[in-house]
Amino acid sequence: MSSTAQTWTTKTGTRASGLFGIAAILVVIVAAAAPFLVSRDIVQDLFFILTMLVLAQNWNLLAGYAGLLSIGQQAFVGFGAYSMFGMVILLGVDPLLATLLAGFFAVLLAIPSGFFSFRLQGAYFGVGTWVIAEAVRLVVAQWKALGGGTGTSLPGEARKAMFGVDFLKNTFDMKTSQASDAIAYWFALVLAAATVLLFYRILRTRQGLGLAAVRDNETAARALGVNAQRMKVFVYLTTAFVTGITGALIYLQKARISPDAAFSVTDWTAYVLFIVVIGGIGTIEGPIVGMIVFFVLQKTLSDFGSVYLLILGFIGIATMIFAPAGLWGLFSAHTGIQLFPVRRRLVLNGSDHTLQDTRKGGFNG
Amino acid sequence: MRSTRPISGRASMNIIDTLVQGILLGGLYALFAAGLSIVFGIMRLVNLAHGDLIIFAAFAILTITSMFGLNPFLSALIAAPLMFAAGWLLQYFLLNRTLGKDILPPLLVTFGLSIIIQNGLLEGFAADSRRVPLGSLEAATIPLGAVNIGVMPLLTFLSAIVVIVGLNTLIYRAPIGRAFRATSDDPVTAGLMGIRPQRIFATATGLAMVVVTVAALYLGTRANFDPSAGPSRLIYAFEAVIIGGLGSLWGTLVGGVVLGVAQTIGATINPEWQILAGHIAFLAVLAFKPRGFFPRAVD
Repeated sequence: MSSTAQTWTTKTGTRASGLFGIAAILVVIVAAAAPFLVSRDIVQDLFFILTMLVLAQNWNLLAGYAGLLSIGQQAFVGFGAYSMFGMVILLGVDPLLATLLAGFFAVLLAIPSGFFSFRLQGAYFGVGTWVIAEAVRLVVAQWKALGGGTGTSLPGEARKAMFGVDFLKNTFDMKTSQASDAIAYWFALVLAAATVLLFYRILRTRQGLGLAAVRDNETAARALGVNAQRMKVFVYLTTAFVTGITGALIYLQKARISPDAAFSVTDWTAYVLFIVVIGGIGTIEGPIVGMIVFFVLQKTLSDFGSVYLLILGFIGIATMIFAPAGLWGLFSAHTGIQLFPVRRRLVLNGSDHTLQDTRKGGFNG
Repeated sequence: MRSTRPISGRASMNIIDTLVQGILLGGLYALFAAGLSIVFGIMRLVNLAHGDLIIFAAFAILTITSMFGLNPFLSALIAAPLMFAAGWLLQYFLLNRTLGKDILPPLLVTFGLSIIIQNGLLEGFAADSRRVPLGSLEAATIPLGAVNIGVMPLLTFLSAIVVIVGLNTLIYRAPIGRAFRATSDDPVTAGLMGIRPQRIFATATGLAMVVVTVAALYLGTRANFDPSAGPSRLIYAFEAVIIGGLGSLWGTLVGGVVLGVAQTIGATINPEWQILAGHIAFLAVLAFKPRGFFPRAVD
């Protein structure tokens, strides 16, 4: 120790995270060129990966950080998608604009939904959100202008007239379907990147620290002045907003909607839970890893129908029992590598005095 | 039928008829809810596979009935100990590992279990709707003044009362019930007194599966079911538990009746509104009486 006055700052970044950040920017740039480089099938696969990743990041923030174990996120996927269809079909709004606005409709649903579900604790909160999603599905199925229980299609003219389609058709000689797929894909890419950055930012702020504190010990966090309830409401509304946009985007690309599909608990919650759990809940890396595993499994096993879901169920249970921190948790515990570090480290006089974390497992923050 | 009744009395008759049907339907929902309620009461475990286990038991009863040509009631009598064993093993070897301060593992494991049971049944029995045949009893009614009461709905309701009285007696009077309550309050101290919490929990889930078998008998003989019917039964059970108040078995009967009446009233207005009306009743109770009608548990 020197006798000079000690100056200190805090730092969260690491060498690994710095390198990863540069690599991630390069990946996003290459990914942006995909519609010009690869076939339409692959663009659709990438679209699926990106949108499911956004849903997974949202559920991860809800369950892994705010302790809100929702089983009803399909309410926001379905309601976002239906409000987009409603705006396009009934009001003639541009589909792309309607997809953005769908997020606000999802928040409008989240306010009464939260009013009810926040009265329930723990696992009952989860079942409560599921009931609300079911109720919304039944109400939407009564909406005859949008096809009632059988659903409806997005008008072909609306997709043709969508913002950017003409430009792509004229400049790059694309077909309408190709152009609208490309636009949906870029939207998904921006949404996924923005979601990861936004959530990472949230977790690095004071509020994010409070969130982690609430997750680890709510009583202690409240005693230190963290307003747990306000944090939870903030996360619930934020994730509803992003989930609503994602739902609208998914159905912009599908161009065909029905209440049973748009409010499916298997598609929009069970798969998402699987992705988060297998990858590692409570980390930003986890859902990314989980998404890759899920996609590979789906590509190899989805022809087997119900056996595929059976296998997903077994893998999910085995992960929860034997490796509750998920694949990323296992990796991170062995190597100490974190790509999205949120832990603050003390830097004294410019030199890095890393406080070693002795905990095992994957939770950081 | 209704059209043969004099016009003046028809409306009020219909209302009484609807109410009676709704109350009797509530008996079925109370049977769904009682199993969920004891598992939560003793282990603080919300079993998301509860509805799928009901459907699983219904398929078990159906299989025994058709394989041996037995009466469904007798089949249920055979299925009950098998379901007890299944529940015991499930709790002892799987669910016990998930219990702890963190509520995420039990939730995710039972959700995974729900998906496994649904798709396992789909593999074994295909997606067709099934029904447990009951013969002449299916349509039998007892004329009671102006309304005809179905024998099976009445039996369902009476069974719900018997199950609740039986469970209450077991939990509050019998030695095993004392062990249940002690383990629920403090498993560590209960362990010091010679109770093995792991086994007590397994027994409790086994007991819940016996109740599930009773529920499955009346569900399977009353209406069609298929492998994907589980989640809705879980939701009805959950709604009945919350409406009645957490931790009270008589509460589940009240919750079931509220739900049943709301659904039958909804259905008379518009058949498509039956389920929605039940959800609305549930949300209304949540808004005005968030702890239900007879809350017992503090959490």
